[in-house]
Amino acid sequence: MLHIVNKSPFQTTTLESCLRIARPGSALLLIEDAVYAVAKGNAVEARVRQAAETLEVYALAPDLEARGMKDAAIDGVRLIDYEGFVDLVAAHEPVQSWL
Amino acid sequence: MSNVTGEVEQDANAAGVVKKFMFVNRKAPYGTVYALEGLEVVLISAAFDQDVSLVFLDDGVYDLVKGQNTKGIEVKNFSPTYRALEGYDIEKLYVERESLAARGLSQDNLIVPVEVLSAAELSELMGQQDVVISF
Repeated sequence: MLHIVNKSPFQTTTLESCLRIARPGSALLLIEDAVYAVAKGNAVEARVRQAAETLEVYALAPDLEARGMKDAAIDGVRLIDYEGFVDLVAAHEPVQSWL
Repeated sequence: MSNVTGEVEQDANAAGVVKKFMFVNRKAPYGTVYALEGLEVVLISAAFDQDVSLVFLDDGVYDLVKGQNTKGIEVKNFSPTYRALEGYDIEKLYVERESLAARGLSQDNLIVPVEVLSAAELSELMGQQDVVISF
């Protein structure tokens, strides 16, 4: 299964809800403002690192670049482009977008 | 005749009123349109010669992060506009220390010089305003 989150972890509890529900082995793709979650030194770093132990965590690189956060991404998070986004969606079923 | 004079005086007084305006930006730059629209309002306010303060709080601090490159998402990178505010005599830029810390950011990560305030200091400053407008 693929979970997609697009909200900042500091603005809503969307990411927290997703991590509570997502089962080990699932994929998690962070897009739009959710990419802030993978930045080093922030208040959710430990939570994201913990999630990355049981989930495949991806972040959309163009969204990180737009926000000036690409260099801040923690290890263990795989950065993908739009083609990678399509591949992820094609490879997983079902897909849950946490709007 | 006296009526006309009265109106003129009233206009002159109105033109001379300077109020303390604080704009509070709490939104990240591209996920929603609030940050950009807020910036537009701040630029418009400059035309009215008011005492303007601009505060970046919560995800609003992300608006000022250096090195934004929006080519990949095909939207306008408006972060350089914050550097132009000085030219409009908008020089009071404040960032909350707690907001920076929670996001692993420091003043060195920001594209403009700002004054970093604690929540307590910001609270005090907010209380001194005539008008507070939030985005």
